[in-house]
Amino acid sequence: MREMRGVDFRTPTIGADSVEHRARLLDLWETAPGLKGLLGTTDHKVIGIRYIVTAFVFLACGGIEALIMRLQLAGPNHTLLTPQQYDQLFSTHGMTMIFLYASPILSGFSNYLWPLLLGSRDMAFPRLNAFSYWIYLASGIFLYVGFLSGNGPNDGWFNYVPYASRDYNPGLNEDFYSLGMVFLGISVTAGAANFIVTAFRTRAPGMSIDRIPILVWGTLTASAANLVVIPAVSLAFFLLWMDRQFGTHFYDSANNGQPLLWQHLFWIFGHPWVYAIVLPAMGMVSDGLPVFCRRPLVGYSLVALSTVATMILGFGVWVHHMFATGLPGLGLSFFSAASIVIVVPSAVAVFAWLATLWLGRPVITTAFLFFASMILLFVIGGVSGFMTASVPVDWQLTDTYFVVAHLHYVLIGINVFPVVGATYFWFPKMTGKFLDEKLGRWNFWTMFLGFNLAFLPMHITGLLGMPRRVYTYADGMGWDTLNMIISVGSFVFAVGVLLLFINVFKSLRSGAAAPANPWDAPTLEWSVPSPPPPYNFSVIPTVVSRHPLWDGRLSESGIVSAVDRGMLLDQGKETIATSPMDASPEMIMEMPEDTPAPFVLTVGISILFVGLLLKVWPLAIAGAVVSALSILVWLWPRRELREREAAHG
Amino acid sequence: MTPLGYLEAAGERAQAVLPLTWLTLAISIAVCIIIGILLWLGVRRAASNGGAAETRAIPIDRGSSGVRWIGIGIAISAVPLLVTLVWTMVALADVSGPPAHPGLTLDITAHQWWWEVRYDAAEPDHTFATANEIHIPVGERVLVRLHGGDVIHSFWVPKLTGKTDTIPGQTNLSWMQASRAGRYSGQCTEYCGLQHAHMAFEVIAEPPAQFEQWRAHQLAPAPRPATPEQTRGMSLVEYRCGACHQVRGTQAGALAAPDLTHLMSRRTIASGTLPTGPGTLAEWIEAPQALKPGNLMPNQNLPQQQLTDVLAYLETLK
Repeated sequence: MREMRGVDFRTPTIGADSVEHRARLLDLWETAPGLKGLLGTTDHKVIGIRYIVTAFVFLACGGIEALIMRLQLAGPNHTLLTPQQYDQLFSTHGMTMIFLYASPILSGFSNYLWPLLLGSRDMAFPRLNAFSYWIYLASGIFLYVGFLSGNGPNDGWFNYVPYASRDYNPGLNEDFYSLGMVFLGISVTAGAANFIVTAFRTRAPGMSIDRIPILVWGTLTASAANLVVIPAVSLAFFLLWMDRQFGTHFYDSANNGQPLLWQHLFWIFGHPWVYAIVLPAMGMVSDGLPVFCRRPLVGYSLVALSTVATMILGFGVWVHHMFATGLPGLGLSFFSAASIVIVVPSAVAVFAWLATLWLGRPVITTAFLFFASMILLFVIGGVSGFMTASVPVDWQLTDTYFVVAHLHYVLIGINVFPVVGATYFWFPKMTGKFLDEKLGRWNFWTMFLGFNLAFLPMHITGLLGMPRRVYTYADGMGWDTLNMIISVGSFVFAVGVLLLFINVFKSLRSGAAAPANPWDAPTLEWSVPSPPPPYNFSVIPTVVSRHPLWDGRLSESGIVSAVDRGMLLDQGKETIATSPMDASPEMIMEMPEDTPAPFVLTVGISILFVGLLLKVWPLAIAGAVVSALSILVWLWPRRELREREAAHG
Repeated sequence: MTPLGYLEAAGERAQAVLPLTWLTLAISIAVCIIIGILLWLGVRRAASNGGAAETRAIPIDRGSSGVRWIGIGIAISAVPLLVTLVWTMVALADVSGPPAHPGLTLDITAHQWWWEVRYDAAEPDHTFATANEIHIPVGERVLVRLHGGDVIHSFWVPKLTGKTDTIPGQTNLSWMQASRAGRYSGQCTEYCGLQHAHMAFEVIAEPPAQFEQWRAHQLAPAPRPATPEQTRGMSLVEYRCGACHQVRGTQAGALAAPDLTHLMSRRTIASGTLPTGPGTLAEWIEAPQALKPGNLMPNQNLPQQQLTDVLAYLETLK
């Protein structure tokens, strides 16, 4: 009791970094070796890398699915695939890329980077962090068990009813998909809550809200959106499962249900989600590009505000996926206008990047090439989106390959290219090794040329009327040559992605060693060794600007951020909690020990979902019991964290 | 030849949108070229070309603020955005409303995977149904009432009209008009299951007199069989095909599948899958599951004689 009070009112000791201090921290923070550490670690860096590796594995799966489809579509009337196979492939491809790659890859980078960018020792809720990864992995496996057993989704990622209803889709396919999406939603929700609290509570002293990197703005905005929209999609899928398994009539028009209810619930989620999977990637470019332009980003405040503005407007554009559903013209014109206006905040980012490039002194590295080329791909994906925003034009464009081209320029251009750039940029930090620059150039040019060869002609097949989601097409429609070019391009692009994987394996083995700050970059992650120690920062830094490591050269007042002297916080697993806006220190935050509870909880939830899928109720109940027990263990109040007081004797 | 291309129009409704499509396309291409050039020239200014060591060799410089370039960029971008916005609203008002006094009204129901087309008339005995082939008189505005049969489909005739979905539980309105005679391809464009790819139809615009002639012919019931072969064929059709199909004037009266009364007058069978002809018809009857896997017609496996009889009868359904 006496001891606890002492901890309560302790003022953190300020001191300088030292070898003994680091040894003490290592002792406190290091993950145990073996199975215990494997299943129990709460280190955000380990979790981040797990996210990234898993997401890249799913990218490869989705890519292979795409290549098989491109063989089928390389010419007219091919019979490589049956309609059933094609439908499951295109649906699984969409599900994989959108849900299992595009979002988790960004969560991975943010997980790894956030505490390092913010000058903290971990995420706000390290166990929740471990939990959100395990759930992502488990739901991904759940969905792929469906696909590999011939029960993959077969109604597109958008999954419109009534085709998804039991009358038209009697197999397990849609049950796997519905339950899998509710399952995955748990991970996204947990992750989003964690990011929001982390952003507002764990920044280094002095890192006021106008000094955080744009990547943090991107992920923070995306997380806020996810908290709002994930319930819509989880509900949509849950109602679908109820309709299918228990005969409810939410979407059943014969019993006064509404097929369009699905579309509203899905796109209220779906469109903000698109922004959620590009805004953090745009943040990577906003933070990475200036390093190679050797100057701070032009228009930081405008870019940060436009990130938030995009998201807010993004809530008001979902109906542009539904222009052809017969909604009244007045309503359509509102959503049409919102979809045109949303171009403005995106354009702010483009002009900020271009101005940064022109007003700086660019150095061409592989990371730079990926970041810079993204600007062009973003613009191409943006203008085609602008075309579909115009209702009458969209009535022609929608559901043709023009939209397929558009969405791939958005998702590959604004997600994959920045992510690969970010890999080249942060790989030295994560591993202590450089990726090979020479192989990197091959990697870039193969991906860039292959991508454009594959997706630019899709605009034209779209304008020539080729509908989406067809497993084959007749000859004489004017699409044959273009489709052959598209298929060739997609294989070239795939070779480019393969070169990235080769580079990663090669560099892990024999890459050149990287120092702490290989690119002379300005943010806090570059002040710690590469790879960073388990505790990240031996002393908590104090920040006075947006670019703490450039202060010595850019500060006009002479005041510079401190990175080698600060709060020691070595009495336990501790970091500092700061105020949401100004980041003034408020309290010492005790971080939890490693624990397998999140893993066991995930196992319990997985059993529950398998039980629901097979409608084996005892199994579902067993899963629920395991889950409840592990939550109990997880949340059991502990004295050392002052979550309870000693019993009064 | 691009039957489904929409960069040319053959009727008022599509024509009213086409200039806006070209405008937005031109704006888009221009923006990509301008940004591409700015990017290329910007990158070409690179101080050095290399890896980490080269990057670190270039000193950091705060440079000028540059925010005004963002302002200038946005100001320039606002112009085409505004023009597009206003034009969109004007075009939308132009084409969205169904015509007040349509010359013809069609009730179209989309099914997995074919199109049921009903011609509406004031006198009930002047209405009739056909499938996958829509005849309209040139110049007339045609109101299309779209009904959802099973799952969601979308009605699209690119040269005449943009897409409107057919949704169970609601009736959506679309309209089209053809300014000149011709055959215009249509296609289902909302994913609707296994044979979404084979759900085409055709709109045939013909001069009013010719259209009336066609209409009168379609109203007539099927001709009586003239030979013993055809007679045997008709009973087979009534007995077997009649479970799903209708042949007006016979016992075959089910409405679950395309009306066969004037089957041979249509250019294709199975929603654009095959050209109509005795050979393709025989193939189709024997093995529809091989030609259009998953469609609702089962393989018939008729003995050779019965198949010959059925074909002999069907060929009279002109």
